[in-house]
Amino acid sequence: MQSKFSSSSARITRLGRRGCDLIEAWGRAGVFLAQSAVSVPSREGWRLWLHQMHFVGVLSLAIVLVSGLFIGMVLALQGYTILVDFGAEQALGQMVALSLLRELAPVVAALLFAGRAGSALTAEIGLMKATEQLTSMEMIGVDPLRRVVAPRLWAGFVSLPILTIGFGVVGIWGGYLVGVEWLGVFEGSYWSNMQANVNFISDIGNGVIKSMVFAVVVTWIAVFQGYDLVPTSEGISRATTRTVVYSSLAVLGLDFVLTAVMFGGL
Amino acid sequence: MTDAPFIEIEELYFSRGDYEIFRGVNMTIPRGKVTAIMGPSGSGKTTLLKLIGGQLTPDRGRVLIDGQDVHRLSRKALFSLRKRMGMLFQSGALFSDLDVFENVAFPLRVHTDLPDTMVRDLVLLKLQAVGLRGAYRLTPAELSGGMARRVALARAVALDPELILYDEPFVGQDPISMGVLVQLIKRLNQALQLTSVVVSHDIKETLSIADYLYLISDGQVIAHGTPQTLDTNQDPRVSQFIHGEPDGPVPFHYPADAFYRDILGDTMTTKAG
Repeated sequence: MQSKFSSSSARITRLGRRGCDLIEAWGRAGVFLAQSAVSVPSREGWRLWLHQMHFVGVLSLAIVLVSGLFIGMVLALQGYTILVDFGAEQALGQMVALSLLRELAPVVAALLFAGRAGSALTAEIGLMKATEQLTSMEMIGVDPLRRVVAPRLWAGFVSLPILTIGFGVVGIWGGYLVGVEWLGVFEGSYWSNMQANVNFISDIGNGVIKSMVFAVVVTWIAVFQGYDLVPTSEGISRATTRTVVYSSLAVLGLDFVLTAVMFGGL
Repeated sequence: MTDAPFIEIEELYFSRGDYEIFRGVNMTIPRGKVTAIMGPSGSGKTTLLKLIGGQLTPDRGRVLIDGQDVHRLSRKALFSLRKRMGMLFQSGALFSDLDVFENVAFPLRVHTDLPDTMVRDLVLLKLQAVGLRGAYRLTPAELSGGMARRVALARAVALDPELILYDEPFVGQDPISMGVLVQLIKRLNQALQLTSVVVSHDIKETLSIADYLYLISDGQVIAHGTPQTLDTNQDPRVSQFIHGEPDGPVPFHYPADAFYRDILGDTMTTKAG
């Protein structure tokens, strides 16, 4: 009886400890974001930011645009086979555009971004931590939160919405290629139905807002996981995995919440 | 220049988890001198440097640098205090995305507005002092451990700081560079009147440059004094360490059960078991 009691109390203790650890990690992550993202950049800061824009944004362009093209093409193909049964294939443009702008562009671009740029950010900052580069920077009197973290955070915040727009544009063009050029939907109805039914603020605007939220969440998770990891090779590999897993779950979960608020009449 | 000590450590307590690393350490580090902190591996020498540099926060006690309590400073004030310090890391900790030249130039570029030509001259001077001027275009990945530490030393002194913390500067150096490094630390100290703290367990080299020594073991200062007084210290723990004797009160082995029990019995729990 005694041992049963002590083992269950140990379990409760462990549970409590986990809870405390979790809340503490949230606190650390919050302080981390506030201290690094909120700072006025120097001229050197702008240069570092541009460098990161290249690394985080420009180098993610290929994977995001190619995926956008294929997703647009698949959407048009799938949409056509259903719509044509109802004789509604003229609505193809509208269907492709709305699915992309409201959902697929922000979500898929964010997932790709987490895998391509997020994991790289975690590994890079993690290795800098493991080799004491962050500590030595601190001892030189340079705050790594401002020098290393802030440019990467802001590069992520800015580049993901732009990548998302690129994803949507290329996707719509992919839909056009398949729907109009290949399957023979009338070009005029593809574009005019799109123009008539896509609202700039509620569809494009909300899609961009979604992608801004995802940009903050994914970059924050990636950079914080790198900064907060256990500085060993196992620690780096675990943190990189966590970045991809947590970002993907956060993106999909938040997407539901945002959709409910934006389009679900909540 | 005043005679007040540069660093004062008062009643410092620090622990990692349940393991107490420091239990009431007191030290006074004089200005303009080379002070060595020695002790067996695992006695927390590097941790002490990190506490002085403000990277770790003690459980109790305080560290004063030039009268300022390091752990009560704001983040901004701490960073501006660190501009007056240089630290040589055990691993070198060079920035892997910059070459040797840019590593040494880094503190100059971020903290001064010197023109490029002057930065260049200063960097080459510092690299010449550590004998690596010819290696200025190499990347840290192309350097050996000893060379990386010499580049790190050039970087640590780039801004001519008032205080340099050396973490095991002699590890991994060949006899020639070892001799040069010992001279360099001594000369830097004399020429620039800076305060040096050397953490090391290379007794011969450290004794040859230190003006004052602290010996730490078991989380406390067990002896301190000039090299001469420590050499003749009668405390068995001190003489064992200073003379490098394997037998004595300081154990060579990490605390463990009796050897025969680990070998014969089933007291050990390994992951496989």
